[in-house]
Amino acid sequence: MELSGGEILVECLKSEGVDTVFGYPGGAVLHIYDALFQQEEVQHVLVRHEQGAVHMADGFARATGKPGVVLVTSGPGATNAVTGIATAHMDSIPLVVFTGQVHSALIGNDAFQEVDNVGITRPCVKHNFMVKDVSEMAETIKKAFYVATTGRPGPVVVDIPKDVTDPKVKIPFEYPEKVAMRSYQPTEKGHSGQIRKAVDLIVNAERPMIYTGGGVVLGRAGDELTHFTQKLGYPITQTLMGLGAYPSSDKQHLGMLGMHGTYEANMGMHHCDVLIAIGARFDDRVTGDLSKFCPHAKIVHVDIDPSSISKNVVVDVPIVGAVKSVLTEMIELVNQAGGAKKTKALEAWWDQIEQWRGMKCLDYKWSDEIIKPQYVVQKLWEVTKGDAFVTSDVGQHQMWAAQYYGFNKPHRWINSGGLGTMGFGLPAALGAKWAHPDEEVACITGEGSIQMCSQELSTALQYNLPVKIVSLNNGYLGMVRQWQEFFYSGRYAMSYMESLPDFVKLAESYGHVGMRIEKPSDVEGALKEAFAMKDRLVFMDFQTDPEENVYPMVPAGAGLNEMILV
Amino acid sequence: MRHIISILMENEAGALSRVAGLFSARGYNIESLCVAPTHDESLSRLTLVTSGDEQVIEQIVKQLNKLIDVVKVQDMADTAHIERELMLVKLQAFDAVREEVYRLADIFRGQIIDVTESSYTVQLVGPGNKLDAFIDALGSIPVVEIVRSGALGISRGPRGMLVPEV
Ligand SMILES: Cc1ncc(C[n+]2csc(CCOP(=O)(O)OP(=O)(O)O)c2C)c(N)n1
Ligand SMILES: [Mg+2]
Repeated sequence: MELSGGEILVECLKSEGVDTVFGYPGGAVLHIYDALFQQEEVQHVLVRHEQGAVHMADGFARATGKPGVVLVTSGPGATNAVTGIATAHMDSIPLVVFTGQVHSALIGNDAFQEVDNVGITRPCVKHNFMVKDVSEMAETIKKAFYVATTGRPGPVVVDIPKDVTDPKVKIPFEYPEKVAMRSYQPTEKGHSGQIRKAVDLIVNAERPMIYTGGGVVLGRAGDELTHFTQKLGYPITQTLMGLGAYPSSDKQHLGMLGMHGTYEANMGMHHCDVLIAIGARFDDRVTGDLSKFCPHAKIVHVDIDPSSISKNVVVDVPIVGAVKSVLTEMIELVNQAGGAKKTKALEAWWDQIEQWRGMKCLDYKWSDEIIKPQYVVQKLWEVTKGDAFVTSDVGQHQMWAAQYYGFNKPHRWINSGGLGTMGFGLPAALGAKWAHPDEEVACITGEGSIQMCSQELSTALQYNLPVKIVSLNNGYLGMVRQWQEFFYSGRYAMSYMESLPDFVKLAESYGHVGMRIEKPSDVEGALKEAFAMKDRLVFMDFQTDPEENVYPMVPAGAGLNEMILV
Repeated sequence: MRHIISILMENEAGALSRVAGLFSARGYNIESLCVAPTHDESLSRLTLVTSGDEQVIEQIVKQLNKLIDVVKVQDMADTAHIERELMLVKLQAFDAVREEVYRLADIFRGQIIDVTESSYTVQLVGPGNKLDAFIDALGSIPVVEIVRSGALGISRGPRGMLVPEV
């Protein structure tokens, strides 16, 4: 079979089982679009801004575990995609992003719509390639998917000069069945000696703490984690990225840890004697002041990325390997050891934890007059039976979503944790809805964030993606305002937004349903009404308490035991 | 501490910028960096000199290994090794100074590779500290320019850096 570069690209996607490309056309990728147009297996979702395309593919990837695929043109198409690529990179999300490039002969000449895509994206991708000749196309794409989806996943950019997809140049096509790279061979299986050492430490712990992150979700090891944790009877806390891997409603779960984590989780971290870190990377929002971090603990760290280990915190038992495989071995050894040994000490530890839990750090002051944002999230949980896919933007609403929507399943909580990208929520929700048309998808957002990608409301209509937007409209860039209240004596520099649009009309003008909710007593009814409209996108503009803060909080530079509670 | 790190990389366009970019992005310092092809056309070998405490060096090695095009990384400090650097020094040399330069070059086993009425150019090979010592020894002799290659390192003994099988 003789095919052109554009046709080869499409055939490669089919071979990889890709059914959807999120993208936006332009001169450098017209040959590819022409090839896409002439077939039906691979669908294309036309976004309204390339950033939206990448976030959509990202939301699709997080909701399914499959790689997301993006196609954008050269120059501004590629630069618009960069924020999305960096977002995926920080959260280790597998994407393959095809960027158009100017004709090979023009590269380096400051040609029209030329930018150095490989250079610009280098620091925010797992890897990138330029396809220099059509004969390299199939192998490069094979490698791109392989690198994106194996080891610690991440985005891979494939830059394609226009001449490489020239329809007049056809070559025989065969998709390589296998790929082997001597320079890239991720470790799956953990070192068995280290695993034994770790389990010995674990079963003999007196004040153990399990701390897990996004690696458990990405590594599809939720079941193993649950089994491991319940067999040991140990307390567990999950990071912002890890939520859902272990069921939040289980009593062993202490909630999220870190800057806006629960009191019990952070105190548990501070006082534990053995810390079992799994698929988490000791981010600064999690550890607080490193010199005060887990001062009493021996630390076991399981991670697929060797460079995550002992990067911020030097650990005692490092284990490089896939979380699923290592946990499976650990469970075996824990069973052989007959589970936890220090049962007396463990009882005392749980007593202590229950005392901390008794502080009820997530309680908030109720109001009959003004809507409390936390309440909206709690009601959303009830109305969706805790089973929706929930995306968020970035700010206070993101923290309230994480704190008050108790996720019980992995892949359902979708947010930009690493880069903290405002504008992520809506396109990510559309990507999740595209992947799961029969599931409820909600986007918890703020009036600031939603305006960073609201153009995708148009995409939602075109492709009939009836997500539910829950906007916690406090009239402030709330998270910024909160920091200014705490640390800048209340000087609210540029954190208040005037001239907000009428979001109801905005939704309506895009062909959707808009609702404005002002009273606490209307919250539940509005949510029920919105979710009853199965095939409509509903934008719920909740007027929430403008000055509500996210509590508890570990101020930057403090230790995890130094929380502000209210 | 100062470390010489040897890297075997796929000989792809942009390989060097991946390494250089990694160092600037993560704030590691590079004292010197040499790149050249090897007897195996598909590979290029980079030798870089950096410094940092144990934890920093460990991270550097791990981050280098994480680059997809990097085939093998070796911290030369982990093995017995030989370090060599090439230096070319152009000096103003009149009258009595000519004799002095000649003598110094001899002591340091250097060679004078270019001569004019007013200058000498000396070539010197050795570990970095030997080259530094030569510069110190020049004292008040006026230097026109110094060109250094940056250090290269190779392990002692019969074995070379192993390229993993696929
Ligand atoms: C693209 C981008 N720009 C700036 C920021 C910094 N930032 C973090 S939270 C925040 C405020 C978000 O406001 P809003 O969406 O209304 O959410 P709220 O905090 O009020 O819930 C800002 C500006 C960011 N995270 N992302
Ligand atoms: Mg706001």
